[in-house]
Amino acid sequence: MSRQNTRLDVKKVNSELFTLTYGAIVSQLMKDYENVEDVNKQLDRMGYNIGVRMVEDFLARTNAGRCYDLRETADKIQYAFKMYLGITPALTNWSAAGDEFSLTFDTNPLTEFVELPDNYQNLKYSNILCGALRGSCEMVQMDVSCWFVQDQLKGDLATELRIKFNKRLEDAIPAGED
Amino acid sequence: MSAEDVLFDMLHSEIVSYLVPKSSEDEDLSILEHLGYSCGWRLIERITKELPRYKEELEVLKFICTDFWSCVYKKQVDNLRTNHQGVYVLHDNEFRFFSKLSNGTQYLKSAPKYATFTCGLIRGALENFGISSIVTVEIIRMPSCKFHIQVLPSSS
Repeated sequence: MSRQNTRLDVKKVNSELFTLTYGAIVSQLMKDYENVEDVNKQLDRMGYNIGVRMVEDFLARTNAGRCYDLRETADKIQYAFKMYLGITPALTNWSAAGDEFSLTFDTNPLTEFVELPDNYQNLKYSNILCGALRGSCEMVQMDVSCWFVQDQLKGDLATELRIKFNKRLEDAIPAGED
Repeated sequence: MSAEDVLFDMLHSEIVSYLVPKSSEDEDLSILEHLGYSCGWRLIERITKELPRYKEELEVLKFICTDFWSCVYKKQVDNLRTNHQGVYVLHDNEFRFFSKLSNGTQYLKSAPKYATFTCGLIRGALENFGISSIVTVEIIRMPSCKFHIQVLPSSS
């Protein structure tokens, strides 16, 4: 019997399971909410919850130190995508002030098996990424905004995620504690 | 545990906490189970296309317990028992989704919801192999758990 040789490709199976599971929860959300905007919001919220916990894992794994400007942060974000999703987005379209940039993806593992029906053009399918970035940056004292500028699911050539640095968050001291 | 696996763990726990809110009195796990089912079904459809056909029910179960389990749960099933009449019991002594939970009795009550997705995953996987079943979970002591598989007689 040569059954022993039929070992599966562990990496591939897991990444497909991840993609399928994400797809399943998105379609469940589409059933649960009537309004597509609410689905986008819920995906963002889930991403945020993941992000606030993930940044800790990231720091523990990489021993990353403090970032002194947004370009350093961008490099770290790029590296995190490589670590967690196995893709390396390009860092592009820096604003003149250096407070805004884009992550451009050729491939997006979340959307590997996905086609968006015409009537769901407002769905931000990968919105969980925006939430995750927002959440993880918030945990390292950065207030950022994220949104999709282009999306391959909607027929664009690439998927482009825009990140804007708003402000540094100061540690808020609870009232009466100072 | 690799970084990608951490991400899946987090997605899994987000899904659980979305579908089974803490405040709900009687937990409805059916949607969570169905989510697992559809993932299991689709995943098997994709990963078995290069594999030879499994003729025996037991062979399929062994495939689930070894190859499939070690891919997804990072270890093989510790024990597989059967009464040779369609009942199989899978023991996992260190279930992946319990690894972040305390091992005491404190969270024993909320543990089933972290195994429900897997129940569905097994049921969906078996269904794609042409085996209809009912999968339930029994948790006596964390982090171990037992999955009971009751194979239903085929309708054909």
